[in-house]
Amino acid sequence: MPEQDQNLLLEIKGLRTYFHLAEGVVHAVDGVDLKMHRKETLGIVGESGCGKSISAYSMLRLVPPPGKIEAGEILFYKTPKDGSTNQAEIVNLTKLDPNGSEIRNIRGNYISMVFQEPMTAMSPVRTVGQQIMEAIILHQKVSKEEARKQTIEMLRRVRMSNPERVIDDYPFQLSGGMRQRAVIAMALCCRPSLLIADEPTTALDVTTEAQILNLMRDLQDEFGMAIMYITHNLGVIAEMADNVAVMYMGRVVEQADVSTIFYNPLHPYTQGLHQSIPQLKDALSRKEHKRLDVIKGMVPDPYSRLKGCPFHPRCPKFIAGVCDEVEPRMVEPEPGHTVKCHLYG
Amino acid sequence: MVNYILLRLLRMIPQMLIISVLAFVIIQLPPGDFLTERINRLKATGLTVDNAEVERLTKMYGLDQPMAAQYIKWITNIITKGDFGYSWTFARDVNEIIGSRMGMTFFISFLAFVVCWSFAIPVGILVAVKQYSVIDYFFTFLGFIGLATPGFLLALVLMYVSFEYFGLKVGGLFSQEMILAPWSWAKFVDFLKHIWLPVIILAIGGTANLIRTLRATMLDELRKQYVTVARAKGLSEFKVLMLYPVRIAINPIVSTFGWLLVWFFSGGTVVEIVLNLDTAGPMLWRALMTQDMYTAGAYIVIVGFLTAIGSLISDLLLAAIDPRVRFGGLEA
Amino acid sequence: MSETTAPPLEESKPIQKKKGKAIDTKDEAFYRAGQWQLVWWKFRRHKLARFAMIVLGIFYFCALFAEIITPYDPLHRMKEFAAMPPSNLRLFDTTGKFHGPFVYGIKMARDPVTLRPMYVEDPNSIYPIKLFAKGDEYKLWGLFAWNVHLFGTETGTNSAELTPYFIFGSDSLGRDVFSRIIYGSRISLTVGLIGVFLAFFLGLILGGLAGFFGGVLDEVLMRIIDVLVSLPQIPLWMSLAAALPQDWPQLRLYFFVTIILSIFGWTSLARTVRGKMLSTREEDYVMAAKLDGESEWSIITRYMLPGFASYIIVSLTISIPGMILGETSLSFLGIGLRAPTISWGVMLQDAQSLQSVALLPWLLWPCFFVVLAVLMFNFLGDGMRDAADPYVT
Repeated sequence: MPEQDQNLLLEIKGLRTYFHLAEGVVHAVDGVDLKMHRKETLGIVGESGCGKSISAYSMLRLVPPPGKIEAGEILFYKTPKDGSTNQAEIVNLTKLDPNGSEIRNIRGNYISMVFQEPMTAMSPVRTVGQQIMEAIILHQKVSKEEARKQTIEMLRRVRMSNPERVIDDYPFQLSGGMRQRAVIAMALCCRPSLLIADEPTTALDVTTEAQILNLMRDLQDEFGMAIMYITHNLGVIAEMADNVAVMYMGRVVEQADVSTIFYNPLHPYTQGLHQSIPQLKDALSRKEHKRLDVIKGMVPDPYSRLKGCPFHPRCPKFIAGVCDEVEPRMVEPEPGHTVKCHLYG
Repeated sequence: MVNYILLRLLRMIPQMLIISVLAFVIIQLPPGDFLTERINRLKATGLTVDNAEVERLTKMYGLDQPMAAQYIKWITNIITKGDFGYSWTFARDVNEIIGSRMGMTFFISFLAFVVCWSFAIPVGILVAVKQYSVIDYFFTFLGFIGLATPGFLLALVLMYVSFEYFGLKVGGLFSQEMILAPWSWAKFVDFLKHIWLPVIILAIGGTANLIRTLRATMLDELRKQYVTVARAKGLSEFKVLMLYPVRIAINPIVSTFGWLLVWFFSGGTVVEIVLNLDTAGPMLWRALMTQDMYTAGAYIVIVGFLTAIGSLISDLLLAAIDPRVRFGGLEA
Repeated sequence: MSETTAPPLEESKPIQKKKGKAIDTKDEAFYRAGQWQLVWWKFRRHKLARFAMIVLGIFYFCALFAEIITPYDPLHRMKEFAAMPPSNLRLFDTTGKFHGPFVYGIKMARDPVTLRPMYVEDPNSIYPIKLFAKGDEYKLWGLFAWNVHLFGTETGTNSAELTPYFIFGSDSLGRDVFSRIIYGSRISLTVGLIGVFLAFFLGLILGGLAGFFGGVLDEVLMRIIDVLVSLPQIPLWMSLAAALPQDWPQLRLYFFVTIILSIFGWTSLARTVRGKMLSTREEDYVMAAKLDGESEWSIITRYMLPGFASYIIVSLTISIPGMILGETSLSFLGIGLRAPTISWGVMLQDAQSLQSVALLPWLLWPCFFVVLAVLMFNFLGDGMRDAADPYVT
């Protein structure tokens, strides 16, 4: 390798994860390329079913059967936790045994995940403390007493009121927001270098959502970790992310820093997403309600695989004979801004 | 928790009341009272009955009094003196004949229960984890057969097969020469040789049922998000299974403790008759055939009491292992 | 809602298979189908349940036309052929000549060692099995006198010449086990149906009352049900059945045994009905009906009942096998139905002792039919439960 970017944390190259069902093959992730740096927040945005979550599951090798990673590499730059060296070891996650000890050492220790539903993320019959402590004991090889101390400390860090009591509570005794804090504490208890957050606030009400978002940003500064933030909510992306990847039908169609995505979107799909956000000031300034601009058509059915660009049936700038024939390559019209569209290459 | 136990104990009182009334109604169901029946039968065989004796018995059981009074007398005797009355068929006090037989039935049911749990729990977990595999189909198929085959038919067929093909005469609790022998190691071994068949026959239906229940709950739990969360923590697959889905799916199984025992008592009755065991089931049968209603009534009251205790234990166990029950009170 | 035009569900899933058009005509049929039609489509996909329904259909058909399908009168005692093992059905004689299905004539002999009577085939006399053979006189459903049987050996008038065809052998009185099994299914398979019907009324009324009015009534009923389900059924059934007078006529005995069997059946149904009552009472469509000013009665019958009718049917189907087994156990023990009534349980009475089973193992045939019937009802119930759940596709 000619020169290694010291800050590189994660590199995904041509990832394909397919589900082989009786009805056909679902190409859930169909050629994803991504790069993430240390301490960066990468927002991944797209409609439901575009492969955001499956990409994340693929990284931890948690893709549920009958899903399978068919091709591609996920390179994780693993720096030893004891600080013995700064030299990162490159691990190709797709090559690991999904039940093996290597990937299990990475899960929860180097890469953690926070899921969408705080209500079901914890077992109802074990205490919050038990469920957090087991990860600490597993990865840090400490005594129970030490793990308990660390757990209380971690619960305090996520600003849980009265952590000494909450540690012995059962999840159903906590409110939704409290529970999501506990889940975040569980994910962060081993100081991972990457946190994957899969729509962690979708199930919460707006005020709680704001609190959790603030909390995550603060903790990111404190712990110096990178966050991959998966959502369909562009507002949350604007608030949280440094860089943004836009996904459509299992592919990353555009990637750039957050202001570029918002002020100079290139891909017609990104532009379409933009126009479909309700604007408070527009709505207030007009007398009658304006209909939102929506992207025409629907997401094609998951079993079919379109020829050419997957967005062509819905694209307002569709070029006949090109877009429905040739799959666009990734191009870089300006530095740090990549896009997969025939309009730019 | 203390409140929960107290409430649960209180609930047993009406339960026992209903059972005792039911048992008494059954005692009274056959036309005419048992005493006249008995006297008629004795007269028919040419024996004379002492009038004073008849009077004494009539007084003793309060047969000249109204139903309600008879019931109160009967139940008071049971509660205060533990006296279940007199069995005409066995010509002894009911207490005397029912104790050892109930004990034996209980012992067989308990063994069946142990066999059932220790087989059904691992298999139930296995087939859920390996859903749609050969093992899954195999046990699902076997389970359907097990559920559809009542124990006594199985006992009949096994009796025939073991006699015809292995020359074994199964049945009874002991070999002829051991029946009257005092308890010894040899007698115990002989006992085990006889008892395994009824135990397995009894266990089969319950096992099939348990595997089915466990498989269904496990499949539900395996889909829950906390399983993925547990995997994402880096726990090994075995730990993930044991600490998460199994830990929850086991709760309804623990609550089967109560009804499984009932199931064995119930299903056991006919099996014990077919296999000619000297236990409570055949005793009930003989009592019923001869309208020996005090014995039958005692059987129902005792079994009712045992099942009430069984469901009490399983409720307490459930409360102990499932915090949702503990904190949710009785209704959870 | 005509069933013939209904497309099978596999082709009408709401997932679009063809790109472009959102809803094609077949999908439209799916979205317009009524509740029962959807249930039926889903049921048809359940292969085992469909198979079970066919088998049970054959069972009930045979029970209905028992007189024609059986070769012999179930009470006809052929003393010369008592305790005969199942006949050997042959197509070729000893010289290899083809005759079509036939049985050899039977001669009585004695085992030279044990001196027990045994039956020996006589290769010189051939009795062909005929379709629509003439045999025992009967009255179909007690109405139409006839003597034609679906199959059998034609015997003529001389009973001495008779060589019977016993598919499953004969019992110790020389009665055809096969014919008795078919006649027995009339009792054994209807006990469950009628019992369920009785349980249905009790459960629906009591459960409905408890669920709709709640309060003390609900509490008391639920406690009683708790006690009833916590008691071992078979000993209680035995106790109740034993109280039935021995000298009652067959029909009355049958009816009372059914009542005894349904005494426990209603409890689970009442629970289901109550639970569904409680949950549907909270549904928005019931609230909407209330706001429209519908009467209580009309809310119950027109809005709530259809909402959980499918669950009731499932719950009923599931309780049938228990009743079949109950009748078999009771009759087997001699405290349910009694001879001359023919039921599978009554037939198994003959197989109670090891001695008789060892000598006449074919008397165990009713076991097979009991297990088969119960198995089929279980499959059917499973399929119906899956089909009735609106949230499972």
